[in-house]
Parts: sequence; C-alpha cells; structure tokens
Amino acid sequence: MNVEELVAKVKEILSDMVKDVVVHKGNDYIEVEIDKDNIIEAAKRMKQAGFDHIKDLTVVDYPKDGVFRIIYNLSSYSNRELSYYIVGLAYNIPRDKPETVTLYPIYTTADFQEREAYEAFGITFKGHPDMRPLLLSPPVAEMKPLRKDFVVKEEPIDLK
Amino acid sequence: MSGIVRGTVGFNDLKLPGAWTRKIGKDLYEVFIGPQHPGSGHMRIIIRVDGDIIVEAEPDMGYVHRTMEKLSEVRTWIKSIPLFERMAIHDACNVTLPYVRAVEKLLGIEAPERAKYLRVLLCEINRIAAFLYGFGIFGVFLGHSTMYMWPFGDREVWVELAEWLTGARLTHTYPVFGGVRRDVPAGFTDALRKAIRYMRRRLEDYRKIFVDNPVIRSRLEGVGYIPRNLAIELGITGPNLRASGVKYDVRMNHPYEVYDQLDFEIPVFQEGDAYARVLQRVEEIKQSLRILEQVADWLDKHERSPILHDRFWKTAPPLYKKVFQEQGRAKLMAVYAILKVPKGKAYERGETARGEISYYVESDGKNTPYRVRIHSASARNALVYKYILPGHRVMDLPAIYGSIDYFPPEADR
Repeated sequence: MNVEELVAKVKEILSDMVKDVVVHKGNDYIEVEIDKDNIIEAAKRMKQAGFDHIKDLTVVDYPKDGVFRIIYNLSSYSNRELSYYIVGLAYNIPRDKPETVTLYPIYTTADFQEREAYEAFGITFKGHPDMRPLLLSPPVAEMKPLRKDFVVKEEPIDLK
Repeated sequence: MSGIVRGTVGFNDLKLPGAWTRKIGKDLYEVFIGPQHPGSGHMRIIIRVDGDIIVEAEPDMGYVHRTMEKLSEVRTWIKSIPLFERMAIHDACNVTLPYVRAVEKLLGIEAPERAKYLRVLLCEINRIAAFLYGFGIFGVFLGHSTMYMWPFGDREVWVELAEWLTGARLTHTYPVFGGVRRDVPAGFTDALRKAIRYMRRRLEDYRKIFVDNPVIRSRLEGVGYIPRNLAIELGITGPNLRASGVKYDVRMNHPYEVYDQLDFEIPVFQEGDAYARVLQRVEEIKQSLRILEQVADWLDKHERSPILHDRFWKTAPPLYKKVFQEQGRAKLMAVYAILKVPKGKAYERGETARGEISYYVESDGKNTPYRVRIHSASARNALVYKYILPGHRVMDLPAIYGSIDYFPPEADR
C-alpha cells in the first residue's frame, strides 16, 4: 500500500467528513482534517477499519489563529500494511472555549493522553471519567504550561 | 468506592476537577506504593485492597517530570538532543534517534551509509545495556540478589564499549543531524565480538540461575496476564506487546536506518504473562547480538568514509577534516548552532529497549522548534497498571511491575 492508496482508503472510510488531507514529509504521516462535531463518528469508523490504537495525542497551540489543534495520531498493531503509516485525525477548537469530547469510550489508550492534554493546555474532554492532571501537580497545571503564552523564565548564568 | 468529596490540603481554592479526592469504600484499605519504594523508583501506585486482593490501582506519575516538551521550544534544534536523552540515559541513542530523524526529514537530508551503521551499532549496544538494567531491577523486586548483581556487572561491558565509541558512558549525544559524531576506534570490532561471545555465555548462566529457577517461575507464571486483544486496546508497546502475541516492532514495521538490510527476527510469545515477558527480553538480547555481529562484519569490510551529510561536512574547516582522518572524530561545525529548519511537520518513531517512542516535530522556519511532542514507551505502558493489577494479590505487584520494565524518567519526560 502506498500513501496515495492510504489517502483514498481514509477518504472512503470517512467519506464526506473529510475536510482536507495533507501528506507530510517522508510520505508516512498523513493529517486528516475533520469537523469537531464529527470526531466521535470518525473515530468509530477508523477503529473499525483497523486503526486500533492512538499512538499519541498531540495538541498544538496557535495563538495567532486563536485555536488549539488537536491531533489524534492513529495507527495499527493488527494490520501489517496500516502499521507503516500514522494517520492524524485533526480538528481545531477555539482557544477561548477549550472544550471538546473524549474518545475514551472508543479508544482506551486515550485515557492518560487526554489527561496530559488537559493538564498542559487546560482543554477539558467532556465525558472522560477521570479528568485530573497526570504528571503535574494541580497548582502547576492551573498555569497551563504548554500554551504559547506561558513564557519560560530564563535565569542568567552569570554570578551577581 | 462511593461518592466524591472535596479535596484536601491547599487545593481548596482551585477550581480544577483534579483537586478532588475520592472517598474509599468501607471495607477497602488504601496502600501507597512509592514514590520512594526501593524498587519502584520515582513512581507511585495507589492501590485499594480488599483483604489482599487489589480492587483498584492508580498509577501516579510525574515525580521526575522535566517539562522537556516546553523546554525544547526555547532551545535551538541541536540543544534538544542532550535534553531528550535524559529520558533514559542508558538508552540514549535509541531515545534521541527518532528526533534526529524527524529533523532530517524536515531538512530533506539522510545520513551517509556508514553513519547509519554506526547508529544501529550504538542503538543495539544501548538496547542490551537497558535490558540488563531492567533485569537487575527485576531481580531486586523478586528478592533475587544474584540476578541484581550479575546483569549490573555485565552491563558494564556494554557501557564501556559505548564509552569507547562515543566518549561518554551514558548520554552520548551520538547521533546528530546528518550523521554521527565519531567513527569506530581501531580495534573496536574485535572487542565487540569478544563482548558478544561473553554475553552469549552469560545468558546461559542467567537461564540456569534465574529463568529456569523454580522459585522465580512459580512467582511469574500465569501472573499479570495480558491477553492479545487487551494489549492492542491498551496500546502497550515493546517487549510487553510482543510477549502477548502481537508481532509489531518498529524495526520491522517501519524500518529505519539499515534495519531492513540486516538479518534478524522479531521474537513473539503467545502466553502474555510475566514469565513470557522475561523470556521475550532474553530472546531480544540474542537478536541484538546477532545484529551487532553483522554490523561488526560490515565495519571491518569498509574503509573510513565521511560520517556527516555533505551539507554539513562541506562547511568544515580543513583542520576538522584532518582531525577526522587521523582520529575519527567529527567536530561539530558552527552551522549546527544557527541551524534553521524549513517549515513543516514530521512524525518519526523508533524502537527503544522498552518499546516504541514517537516524536511529532513541527517547525515554523525558525531556529527553535515550534512544537515537539514526545510519547515514550514507558508512558504508554503505564496504562497497564491501571487495567491489569486489579484482581491480583499484593504480593504479585512487584512481579508485574518489574516484568513491565517501567522506567519513570522516560515516562515523565
């Protein structure tokens, strides 16, 4: 299976939900943009098609556009052909209302990963049974450290 | 477990759902394992027990969280390599290689063939060292002090080889964009072959004293069973996944460097219990030894050639080239410090000793990354404790914890 066939396959699985498909450098990673409202249905279909786990949930902050981009990078263990590729299911949510729905009922792998996105960006995943910080303590998580407006303080290395 | 009450010390004014604590049921007893337990390292598992049966387990990570994803955003591209390898210092090459490869993807370059072989060489040396480290810790968990001392002693062989090759025992910063830092020193491959012979002999010793030991077997067999479909559902990775019957290894499914030209197998066990995971790791060491032999043969057959991509190597002053010809060291050029990476996104993964590590790298054309997302093997395997521990006895916890080969600094990032 080459990357064009994969793109065609994903378009067939998700049919009219696909807004845009981007093939990134290296030809092994594609990013499929969908609507926020379709994420549950899209995830269900992808899982049925053999993308059986979430490799990684990535959130990227774009303050200029006023959005968070949520990317569920899916891949497969059980299907050898699909396992070569990563398919990123991506959608944007507004920065001033960081709320979305959880994929936990569909993918158990989303459990800790959504908690990580919650503590680092302050995004609430509705329906997640245990929405607490994972790595950070609550006061640190309150600062939403991975947002772009959280600036890392640099200390001078010279002695005063 | 019933109801939810408002949280404890200090967090009362925070409006975070995370500041809630749970009230535990009447007949349950809550036990905190770690974070300063001699074996567990910097990780805590909160278990709730009924009698001595675990009914609920909650992995509590983050004690060695070092905000690597955020820090990488304020550092130049090259400076992130020594930062990321702090995740697993004895597995440094495996952990940083996917990051290096992701940036190479964005730059549109590929390392020369010799550098690829050298990367594989250090990756496998690191892998064996990390497995031996894991065995040592596992020995402590099971109260088998010989199995603690032997692998830790034998690990020294591989650490010294890595030191001879790179100049550092741990945290080698060996792969850099476009190649590696050093060529093999004279006499290295002979020492490597000797180490391979020694390790094969020692694996036989381990089998006699540990793997076939009836006490160890009775503690591990049938314990911590992860069925195949659950392993896939939880997205666990590495030897733990393969011990549950899933044939998935990044070196085979998404080959990188020269793994597709080497002859090795991906061992798979169907049993899925703690004992299978031990056998799995022993088999993986054997396969790593096989790979190392082939790499040693290749290095013997080929003359010294550039180990950095032309794009960087052509900027090197004549003195640097002279040093490389005489000593096999490639001093890094100034261009690395001011490197700007073209706009774009790249996703790259690699197989570390504990499983798959993946990097999402996004660049906006500046001299620092826009976003680097790391998801390491241990972070993915941590989910196991939540879903596998319930139903086991407390005494099985060390056996399960050790058999997963969880490494807190790698999970916390």
